Amino acid sequence: MIGAAAAALLSHWRRHPGQLATLVAGLALATALWTGVQAINAEARASYDRAASALEQSDLPLLVPREGDSLPLSDYVALRRAGWKVAPVIEGRLRLKDGSARLVGLDPLTAPAVPGSGTGGDPGRALLDFISPPGEIRGHPDTLAGLPAAVEGRRVATEALSPGTLVADIGTAARLLGLEGRLTRLLILEDPAQDLPPLGEVAPDLREAPPQPENDIRGLTGSFHLNLTAFGMLSFAVGLFIAHGAVGLAFEQRRGTIRTLRALGTPLSAVAALLAAEALALALAAGALGVGLGYVLASLLLPDVAATLRGLYGAPVPGSVAVRAAWWAAGLGMALLGAALASAQSFWQLRRLSVLAAMQPRAWAMAQGRGQRLMALAGLAGLAAVPAILLWGQGLAAGFAALAGLLLGAAFLLPLSLSAGLRAAERAARSALGEWVWADARQQVPGLSLALMALLLALAANIGVSTMVASFRATFEGWLDRRLAAELYLSFDSPAQAAAVLPGIDASAVLPVTRTEADLGGAPGLVYAMADDPTYRRNWPLIEAGPQVWDRLAAGGGVLVNEQWAIRAGLSPGDTVQIDGAAREVLGVYADYGNPRGQAILGLEAFRALHPEIGETRFALRLSGDPAAEAARLVAEDGLRPDQVTDRAALKAESRAVFERTFAATDALNVLTLAVAGFAIFTSLLTLQSLRLPQVAPLWALGLTRRRLALLDLARAGLLAAGTALLALPVGLALAWLLLAVVNVAAFGWRLPMQIFPADWLRLGLAALVAALLAAALPALRLARVSPARLLRVFADAR
Amino acid sequence: MPARITRRHALALMAAAATPARGQGFAGLGQDADGFALPQPDPVFRFPRDHGPHPRFRIEWWYVTANLATASGGNRGIQWTLFRSALAPEDRPGWASPQIWFAHAAMTRPDAHLVAERRARGGIGQAGVTAEPFDAWIDGWQMAGHPGADALGRLSLQARGEGWSYDLELAADGPLVFHGDGGYSVKHERGQASYYYSQPGYRVTGRLVWPEGAEEVTGQAWLDREWSSQPLDADQSGWDWFSLHLDGGDKLMVYRLRDSGDGFTPGTWIRADGRSESIPDGEIALEPLDWTRIGDRRLPTSWRIRIPSRGLVLETGPVNPRAWMATGIAYWEGPVRVTGSRSGMGYLEMTGYD
Repeated sequence: MIGAAAAALLSHWRRHPGQLATLVAGLALATALWTGVQAINAEARASYDRAASALEQSDLPLLVPREGDSLPLSDYVALRRAGWKVAPVIEGRLRLKDGSARLVGLDPLTAPAVPGSGTGGDPGRALLDFISPPGEIRGHPDTLAGLPAAVEGRRVATEALSPGTLVADIGTAARLLGLEGRLTRLLILEDPAQDLPPLGEVAPDLREAPPQPENDIRGLTGSFHLNLTAFGMLSFAVGLFIAHGAVGLAFEQRRGTIRTLRALGTPLSAVAALLAAEALALALAAGALGVGLGYVLASLLLPDVAATLRGLYGAPVPGSVAVRAAWWAAGLGMALLGAALASAQSFWQLRRLSVLAAMQPRAWAMAQGRGQRLMALAGLAGLAAVPAILLWGQGLAAGFAALAGLLLGAAFLLPLSLSAGLRAAERAARSALGEWVWADARQQVPGLSLALMALLLALAANIGVSTMVASFRATFEGWLDRRLAAELYLSFDSPAQAAAVLPGIDASAVLPVTRTEADLGGAPGLVYAMADDPTYRRNWPLIEAGPQVWDRLAAGGGVLVNEQWAIRAGLSPGDTVQIDGAAREVLGVYADYGNPRGQAILGLEAFRALHPEIGETRFALRLSGDPAAEAARLVAEDGLRPDQVTDRAALKAESRAVFERTFAATDALNVLTLAVAGFAIFTSLLTLQSLRLPQVAPLWALGLTRRRLALLDLARAGLLAAGTALLALPVGLALAWLLLAVVNVAAFGWRLPMQIFPADWLRLGLAALVAALLAAALPALRLARVSPARLLRVFADAR
Repeated sequence: MPARITRRHALALMAAAATPARGQGFAGLGQDADGFALPQPDPVFRFPRDHGPHPRFRIEWWYVTANLATASGGNRGIQWTLFRSALAPEDRPGWASPQIWFAHAAMTRPDAHLVAERRARGGIGQAGVTAEPFDAWIDGWQMAGHPGADALGRLSLQARGEGWSYDLELAADGPLVFHGDGGYSVKHERGQASYYYSQPGYRVTGRLVWPEGAEEVTGQAWLDREWSSQPLDADQSGWDWFSLHLDGGDKLMVYRLRDSGDGFTPGTWIRADGRSESIPDGEIALEPLDWTRIGDRRLPTSWRIRIPSRGLVLETGPVNPRAWMATGIAYWEGPVRVTGSRSGMGYLEMTGYD
């Protein structure tokens, strides 16, 4: 009995393979986008964990040389012999086949931890292997693959290290970096006891420095991942619209079968169980497919995302995706949840299904629209919530809640808005046919509303995100031009080298670029020194400035703060800030899109007085001649390495590349979401078309050709898409404003002026139109070719 | 998950040094399969050179224990040990040196036992030993000879842990004592051996600084020098080792290497005048009298030592039964009181009870 019932229910799919494909594709797409985003997030998160745990010592205070980049090994031995508990570290860049990697050398006998040391095996043997020449070089497989063959050392691949970081014994690292007898820094493992000789006595050339705050990556990148997750959710919602439509229709069409089965004595519970099992099986199949697609998607997107995270935050993320149980499970879970959500309504109806109820697919389609008013009310509530959230909410979460309110609110309002518009057009129509076209379009809105809502969401997201990116790009370009005003940037190994090389350069200005880690009002940040020079006076991108800002900065005392810090702490000129515990007046606020951390600028003389221990090794040069020629001369004649000389063009190109990569993933997700929405329209039209014959047949009988009818159908699809696109425009602009003025400020700490790009809208509107027309093409073609006999049968079947 | 290279590594290194080397067949050639030198019978020591390190041997130590007393007669003990463990039978300058140094220090009284440990790479000057002038050091810990005096005749000894330290002056009373056969100390019938000599007779004065405060102490100390490449056989699980200062000036060193059978129990009897005689395996009987539970371990902290050929029946009891060395290789080491047919003070070390 159950077997026969199952066969009867399943036979539906054999008769409607397209519907099955739609359902599976919808669920799979929804799952794929969601899984893809999750996979990327999981990969990044795993990478941050590695970075955080790999070099645990980064929360220890340091001893660093007062001048230059390295200290003699003898300082370390002297400190050790004086009783100081310190551990030596050598760090430098090692050239890879493509780019470079950070090489960290540690002494396993004194270091708090050496990443990549397994817990199993023979640790004595492991130590022997690690330190015995030529020594191990541990790294992520990606990084090791880029290591030139000429680099001597036993490669040991470990997932414990992030890409871009290599770890070796300190002896190995010293050899590879050409730093024999030198160290980069010392970690202070324990505060020295009171009775130990002080640092100034044992190693007067060293100074204490705070721990390197490189592990706040997770906090900084959190906003970026939240962004991705929001996109994933949006895509999932769009995919759900598709699945929901397909499940509902399938149920409606099987009403007859179900009624018959019930009449034959199959218990309701058995039917429900069969349908549930079917939904489960479909969800699992579609989920598996979606997870696979998601993996492919993540693999395609991750290189860009990884480049972004590296460029923007310095967060190391590998360029390849590992299959992780977490997002596999999450993907399948979402597919199940999606199937449950999509079929909940159908099960609800099944419970109340009368044994005698007839199959009413068309009535079902119409019923979808009955809730229009209710939905519109919910939509209004969603929109109304936005200002409330912005007024009382705080931070990124509020920003995203506002986004959700805006998008869902607009989507829920869409069917009623479209209907109202069409009704108005209907009233204005002059001919009977015209009136029918409008009325028929309006009549289709309920059946298409889910697909149109998906389209609205996709379009609004597109407009919003592209406006945000384009505004950002325009601002960023202008900012780069002003920020990178000098022609040449030099980085010397030591102040001595700088002193030897600089006098030989014919520069109109030599501007030191010196900085130090500092405590900015309780948070770690950077303080830069700024020389008093027209280069800065003319170009520096000030957002707010007090009176005589440059004169007062040069005189010392006051500081400029970056926008991030100003927004976070609510600072404006005239306020007082604490930098390393000293109170300073804020003279101005400048734009800074380099990274999300706080920053301050002190006049050069004031900085020098405060930090006499910091040698000046980096300089910005104003040249009247050709910077490229001067750069070449510095390398050829003064023996500088090419990586010590950077000209403005190269620096700008690099910054721009980082910027473009940042939004590459966003762009890709945008296009995908739009594609999913197009697919939703296509499937909805396909479904509706088969149900619409009774409406079309009388018109055909009245003399309209099938071709004409098909063209009218196409026009209607285009009309609905155009209407949706029109409504999506204000929603998209509101979204862009939310992104720029709320989400960006919360996530990165900078507020960007919004610029509008109508040409982009036009392009997007056309894209939507084309998508809708393409989606409508097949159903229209079918209508054009439907056999007259089928149209005639409509009248024969009329009850 | 990144593991910390910490104690386990140190432990394994030491264990590697303590496991018999592969390829015993090479013993006749004086080196093992990894190229480490092996002790040979009838050694001829050259001093002060041999007070310094022997990098071609796998393991070596400079080991000082002292039984001390405060002005009011309170029992105190200190330990100062520097280990050298070679990853390869050679030395090279800089970080490339395969010589690894470890050190343990402890300070004991009836109600406290403070322990510290240090590790360092050879080749960079953080740790090492020079024979002339004699100097053994790791980080801030040091055992330094006095200029002019006999190499090990007068020593300054320092170590510090967290909140405690000691600073002692040692002056030798008698000659060096060579264990086994002129310093060739056999550890097993199969031939494993080490070079082993001692200076058992130091008079000590100095200062102990406890977390609660400092105190002046006097007493006597014993220095052991031993190096080898394969001191223990596979079936030997550890040792119980005694160095005893008996009233009247005689001294006794005995140990038992534990194995599946009766064990291996050689010793050295040192007369007050400095002359010494080896006590062959089998003449000494060691018998645990009382046990102390420390964590999961049960340790025999009180012993009876019987040497019938010398008419000796001694009993030892710990000054502090909880003298556990929670270091890289964990073991028990602490001062003991001697009673029985003779009385005195001494040190007991017990390894292999992990």
